[in-house]
Amino acid sequence: MTQLPPLIIADRTFHSRLLVGTGKFASTQIMQQAIAASGAEIVTVALRRVDLSDPQDNLMEAIDRNRYLFLPNTSGARDAEEAMRLARIARAAGCDPWVKLEVTPDPHYLLPDPVETLKAAEILVKEGFKVLPYINADPVLAKRLEEVGTVTVMPLGAPIGSNRGLKTRDSIQIIIQQAQVPVVVDAGLGAPSHAAEAMEMGADAVLINTAIATAGDPVGMAEAFRLGVEAGFKAYTAGLGRHSWEAEASSPLTGFLRSNHA
Amino acid sequence: MSFWQKIIQYRWDRIHAAICRKTAQDVRQALQAPTRNFDDLLALLSPAAAGFLEEMALAAHGLTVQRFGRTIQMFAPVYISSECINSCVYCGFNRHNQISRATLSVAEVEKEVMFLHGQGFRHVLLLTGESPHHAPLDYLIRIARKLQPLLASISVEIYPMATDDYRRLIENGVDGLTVYQETYHLKRYAEVHPAGPKRNYRWRLETPDRGGQAGFRRLNIGVLLGLSDWRVDGAFVGLHAAYLERRYWQSHVSVSFPRLRPAAGGFQPQFPVKDAHMVQLMCALRLWLPDAGLVLSTREPASLRENLLPLGITQMSAGSKTAPGGYAAKENVEGQFEISDLRSPQEVVRMIAAHGYEPVWKDWDAGFLNAVQP
Repeated sequence: MTQLPPLIIADRTFHSRLLVGTGKFASTQIMQQAIAASGAEIVTVALRRVDLSDPQDNLMEAIDRNRYLFLPNTSGARDAEEAMRLARIARAAGCDPWVKLEVTPDPHYLLPDPVETLKAAEILVKEGFKVLPYINADPVLAKRLEEVGTVTVMPLGAPIGSNRGLKTRDSIQIIIQQAQVPVVVDAGLGAPSHAAEAMEMGADAVLINTAIATAGDPVGMAEAFRLGVEAGFKAYTAGLGRHSWEAEASSPLTGFLRSNHA
Repeated sequence: MSFWQKIIQYRWDRIHAAICRKTAQDVRQALQAPTRNFDDLLALLSPAAAGFLEEMALAAHGLTVQRFGRTIQMFAPVYISSECINSCVYCGFNRHNQISRATLSVAEVEKEVMFLHGQGFRHVLLLTGESPHHAPLDYLIRIARKLQPLLASISVEIYPMATDDYRRLIENGVDGLTVYQETYHLKRYAEVHPAGPKRNYRWRLETPDRGGQAGFRRLNIGVLLGLSDWRVDGAFVGLHAAYLERRYWQSHVSVSFPRLRPAAGGFQPQFPVKDAHMVQLMCALRLWLPDAGLVLSTREPASLRENLLPLGITQMSAGSKTAPGGYAAKENVEGQFEISDLRSPQEVVRMIAAHGYEPVWKDWDAGFLNAVQP
């Protein structure tokens, strides 16, 4: 069996291409089991949910930081100022300087604000953070973020929690084509087949939360997503059969040119 | 533009008639619609929907789990003053009621909150009657600043204020505003609020607008079930919430639908609301407002709270006291109304976990607001 290439983000190597979130679980125990079953090595946690000053905080305690990269996120931040403030609080409290930057001024669809995200990313990168920004599937924004030094871009497939799949497929395809940093498809993926689809397209990784946390059997679903991501990535690296416009007709349409020369 | 300009386009009687005309077919359509319009809400609130409660409950449950996960946000009310210049006929704090009243000192409020903090609470709701003399703005600001280091989120349910006063509360660490219209029926509103500033229907109706303009992150509105026809009040509170979500798009909107409880004064509800109606209202609101918070307090009995839990509830209080100082700071002060679910927070949390839900104590961070440090 060929060894698949690892995922490298900011010089750190990961063997799993599935990132998971920690919201919406029915209990901390189920969350821990689901994370283990997912095989994820990067686990994101909303700073709003944890009490960084409390060493016995439930959620913080539940995630073994030797085993997982604890990736704090700024979910709930309405603008750049708020997101930066939270990231700095987390770092001051001893978190690694990694941050999943979420600036979502609308609390309903939780769609990311491109202007504030870019502003915050630029400043946080200068302050030494490894920034993983959550964005709409906007190829130009993805390039702008890459230019200010973010370590990934994280375009959404559909609004957070919607389980609708790759509704932004065409734009994500462009982002993948153009990106020089890993592209992590974040939000909206509702089924392992969606995750596989993103990986088959050439995404570097996917992030899943709602679809695992709210499944009837979150542990089983976490494993299913692990397999979906692996299958999709393996298919991609194996060279997926292209839907081809190229030279398929059994008697080529321009064959007459060659027969004329013959 | 405020909700006043919107609501005057509607007539209570016409809404009532439209609800009564809805058929089983209308309900089926409303249930199946991928996005719902106001007519769908009316169908879901109608007598015709009574036969579809199970379908509504299933749909509401599914939607809630998808949007909020299997989590329940825990909060505690902290009554800080029972002084009041209003005479709401249903309320224990009615100025005509001869009860022992109190306004807590800042130190007493802190003592109450320390007690709740020990139980695990990080989100609290500060409540007063309407008495700006006893609980003026600067008193509320001093309390907010004192409590900030202890808490993740501070909301207020106090007398309606002007936008600038709300801004000052936000600057000092208050992030949520709760204000119930009680009933949207204009005439009935006047009957149950015979005197005092609360008599001004429009000023109260526009309070969430002022809160939204000031920038509160959370706006919580509600109706007091028992004052008027719950179906029509349900339609109006749904309309109000949808309006707020659209207009103050950066604030999260929640809806409460408390039922009248026995209180000093002995008011009897003229429009009693049965459990089945509670369920129907709650499911209809969830299907109409997929992202709104739905709040359930200890006014409801323990068994009903358990049964309502999976249907769409997102926030719960527990172990509540409705008298100022009732947790730790004072004795022998009377409460606003009688609590029904008397279980301790620990018991309620065990119940929530037993139903397969995670009680969430902290879902906000004072760090979001650039509040003045104490």
